[in-house]
Amino acid sequence: MADRKTLTFALMDPPFESARTTTALRLIDIAARRGYDIHVFAYEGAVCMPFSRQAPHPNAVHGHDVEEENHPLPKDWEAALMQEAKKNGGSLDWVNCGLCVDERGVGEAIEGVRRGTPGDMVSMAGESDNTLVIGTR
Amino acid sequence: MKILQVIESAYRATQEEQDDTIVWISHAMKGAGAELNVLLRGNAVNYAVDGQDASGLSFGDWRQTQPPDLARDVSGLVGKGVEVYIDQEDLAERGLEGAKLVDGLKPIARVDIPSLFDAHDQIWHW
Repeated sequence: MADRKTLTFALMDPPFESARTTTALRLIDIAARRGYDIHVFAYEGAVCMPFSRQAPHPNAVHGHDVEEENHPLPKDWEAALMQEAKKNGGSLDWVNCGLCVDERGVGEAIEGVRRGTPGDMVSMAGESDNTLVIGTR
Repeated sequence: MKILQVIESAYRATQEEQDDTIVWISHAMKGAGAELNVLLRGNAVNYAVDGQDASGLSFGDWRQTQPPDLARDVSGLVGKGVEVYIDQEDLAERGLEGAKLVDGLKPIARVDIPSLFDAHDQIWHW
């Protein structure tokens, strides 16, 4: 693919705190649908996004049991994005900042997530067409 | 690849982290071989004020022994050869024009920031 891009995203917000996270993943979804090669460096709270022990819950206010509520879990979003990228001939390489993982005790991540350092972000950005930083505000 | 780290979100969890996370990652990236510079703007200009003291945090019997020292960490970047720019207007708006800042900073007027951007390959705005 002549216009196949490589993009790096740096994410910083934890899940369930800010719409910035959802927006970031929507941008990544567009890149995945285009078959781009995508790198994500998750820094600080964002390392919780692919935490494998996230669990859905019922919602009494909505009158829903756990199945009806079908509560969104960011770990499932990231898994779906990895599949989408692969399906379209691209890739999604997700790197969690290792020290940030240790601080939060969230070492259990979904398949496809690897542990890394700020040096990985420098390398990923160096081999990308562009980098988008979505820091915490 | 030359990177400009624009640091604007200030004092985000600095007591828990014992530093600013973007100043910290800039140190780590520099150590990993990155060619980068820093622009302090918004409330982050206060990081450059010399003589800050964030010590004294305690909860019950717990005492923080290593409080953040942001001016030291900014100064450390300068010592590693990172050019640290600081937005002059943001300093003035906060009454910090005459304040004692750490050595080696490069004050920059807002009108000159686009040229600073042009001198870098990527701008990472935190």
